[in-house]
Amino acid sequence: MWDYTEKVKEHFFHPRNVGEVENPDGVGEVGSLACGDALKLTFRLDGQGRIADVKFKTFGCGSAIASSSALTELIKGKTIEEAEKITNQDIADYLGGLPEQKMHCSVMGREALEAAIEYYHSGGKVTKPHSLEGKVVCTCFGVTESEIRRVVRENNLKTVEAVTNYCKAGGGCGGCKPDIEAIIEEIQGQSLLDLPPDKRRSAVAEKKPLTNIQKIQLIQQTLDQEIRPALQADGGDIELIDVEGNRVLVAFRGMCAKCAVSEFTMAEVVQKKLRQFVTEDIVVEEAVS
Amino acid sequence: MKTIYLDNNATTAVDPAVLDAMMPFLTTDYGNASSMHAFGGRLRHNIDQAREQVAALLHCCPEEIVFTSGGTEGDITAINSALLAQPEKHHIITSRVEHPAVRTTCRMMQKRGNRLTELPVDELGRLNLHQLEAALTDDTALVTIMWANNETGVVFPIQDIAELCRAKGVQFHSDSVQAVGKLPVNLRKTPIDLLSMSGHKLHAPKGIGALYIRKGTPLAPLMTGGHQEFGKRAGTENIAGIVALGKACELAQKDLSGENERIRRLRDRLERTLLRDCPDARLNGDPDNRLPNTANISFEFIEGEAILLLMDEKGICASSGSACTSGSLEPSHVLRAMGVPFTAVHGSIRFSLSRFTADEEIDTVCRELPPIIKRLRQLSPFSPKDRAPGAPVERPEQIRL
Repeated sequence: MWDYTEKVKEHFFHPRNVGEVENPDGVGEVGSLACGDALKLTFRLDGQGRIADVKFKTFGCGSAIASSSALTELIKGKTIEEAEKITNQDIADYLGGLPEQKMHCSVMGREALEAAIEYYHSGGKVTKPHSLEGKVVCTCFGVTESEIRRVVRENNLKTVEAVTNYCKAGGGCGGCKPDIEAIIEEIQGQSLLDLPPDKRRSAVAEKKPLTNIQKIQLIQQTLDQEIRPALQADGGDIELIDVEGNRVLVAFRGMCAKCAVSEFTMAEVVQKKLRQFVTEDIVVEEAVS
Repeated sequence: MKTIYLDNNATTAVDPAVLDAMMPFLTTDYGNASSMHAFGGRLRHNIDQAREQVAALLHCCPEEIVFTSGGTEGDITAINSALLAQPEKHHIITSRVEHPAVRTTCRMMQKRGNRLTELPVDELGRLNLHQLEAALTDDTALVTIMWANNETGVVFPIQDIAELCRAKGVQFHSDSVQAVGKLPVNLRKTPIDLLSMSGHKLHAPKGIGALYIRKGTPLAPLMTGGHQEFGKRAGTENIAGIVALGKACELAQKDLSGENERIRRLRDRLERTLLRDCPDARLNGDPDNRLPNTANISFEFIEGEAILLLMDEKGICASSGSACTSGSLEPSHVLRAMGVPFTAVHGSIRFSLSRFTADEEIDTVCRELPPIIKRLRQLSPFSPKDRAPGAPVERPEQIRL
C-alpha cells in the first residue's frame, strides 16, 4: 500500500467538485485509458473573469483522484492569470506531498489545467497544451520531448527514474531511457561554465526564467568556479549567505573581510560575474553580520 | 471492523495447528539437527517426518524433497541447475505468464548468452502445446512452466506438457506454488523432473518451501556449503519452518477435494453475483480450467488501486493487476499477454479464497463491492452513462501497446 498523507486520503475518499460543468469556458482532457489515468477538467468563469465553477472526472488511482480534487480547490475563485501560475508542485504541496512514484498524478493535474486554459484562450479551438505537442520520446506512454524538458526544469529532476515518476516517460519498455538521460544532461549536467565565454551570454539569453533553486545553484556554482579561486589565492574567501529575488547577499571571509578594496571587488568582480553567468538583474550586497 | 481476507494467492494465514506444531522448535527444542549430541541430533527425526508429510501430498519419495526458503529459491535452483548440470545445452522454454521468480531468472539467463523461448497464451490464458512441441530442440536444457497462474488461476495442462518433455528427453520444471494444496498433485503419474512449492501459500509461515527433484535428475546446487539436504541445499535446517510445512501439507491433504469443492462454490457465487450486479465487468482467464479459489474480474473504466483503497476501507483485502499496484507503471504482464484490453487491465481485481473463507464474508463482499464500483464509475470520464447491466457498450477507442 502506498504511503499517502491524510490529506490525500481525505481527498480520495471525499473528492470535491466531481462532474462536468455545463457550458464550460475551459475544457482540458489529458491522459488515456491505456496509460492508466486520465483527467477531464471543466470550468466556467464569472463576470469578473474568475473561475466560478470547476469540476473534474478522473480515471485513475487514489492519488490521481486526490490530485484532481486538489486542483479544483486550488483554482476555484482564481483568475486565469492566477491559475496559470499553478505548478504540479503546488498540487502536491496542497496534498501534503505525494509519494515520489506518484508525482505524475500532480503533473497530470497541471497538464489538464493548461489544456483547459488553452481551450479558453482559443475559444475551444485548441484542446491540447503546447507542452504535449512535438516529438514523442517515450512511445509507451506518449510523452513528448517538451513535456520531459518541462518536468525536468520545473522540478529540478536529475535522474531518469525521477523523470519516470513525474511523467511516466521511460516507465514502459525503457527504450527511451538514453534519450531522457540526454535531455537531463543537457538541462542539468551541462553547466554554462562548460561553454566557451562567447556562447554563455547567448545561452543565458535563450534560457527560460530560472526557478529559485536553479538560480541559487547557478549563483553558488559561479562563486565557486569563477570567483573564489581568485580570492583564495590572496588568502580570502567569499560565502553565499542568501538570495532574495535578484538580491544576492554574500559575506567576505579571511583576508577579504578586512580588505580595503573589498567594495571594489564586490562591484567589479562578484556582481559582474554573477550578472554574466546568472542574470543581468543581479545586485550583490554584503551581508550585515 | 473485521478483516475479510481474499488475497490468499499472495499469502495465507498460518493454520493454528501448524503454529502449534512448529512452536517447540522456536522455544525449547532449538538444537541443530546436524549436532552429535542428542539434544540437537534427535531433531533429525522431526525433519524426516516433515519430509514424509510433504512427499505424501505430492505422491513422491521423501528423498526427492529438498527443503528451501520458498518458491523463488526453488525456481532459481531449477533454472540455474538445468543449465549448469547440462553445460552442452543453452535453451530454455517458458511461458509469457510466469511468476517474476521464473520470468526474471529466465531473462537473466538469456542475457548470459542462452536462448529463451517465451510461449504466448491465448485470450483465455491458455497455451498451445503444438507451439511448445515445435520449440523443443536438442539444445533445450529446460522447460519451465507454472502449474497454475497466480493472477488468473488458469491451470496449464501439466500432464501433457510433462509427457511431451519426457518423450523428447528434456528436463521439465514446474513452478507449482499456487497449485500445491489446491489441486491434486501426483508425481508418480505426472513425469515432472523439478517442482517448486512454497509454504506460505498453504497456511505454513513465510520463509519455507520445497523443491521436488525426481530421482536421477542431475542437480547443481544453488546454495553450497554444508552437507544438509543430501548435499543439494546447504545451510542449517530451518526446523521450525520444515515442521510447519510438513504439518501444513498433512492438513491440506486431509480433505483436499471436499474443502476445495466448498471453496469453489463460494468463489463461483462471488463471481456470479459481481458479474451480475456490476455493469461492464468481465472475467479474466479460462473459466473451465482454473484454480477453485481464484476469481480475476475486470471492472472496466475504473482503476484497480482506487477500487482496492475503497475495499480496504470496508476491511476487504484483494489485489489488482493495475499499473499503480504493480510497483511499476505497467499493468499485469499476465493480462497483457492474454490481450485483455486496457479498458479492463487497469481495473482488474483478483479475489483469492482459502479454507478459512466464510460464507458470510462472501455475502459482505457481494454487498459492498457494487456500490464501490458505481462510485468510481461516477468519477470516471470514460463511464458509459446510466446503462442497465448487460446493455451493449460503446467503448472508447481501445489501444494496445
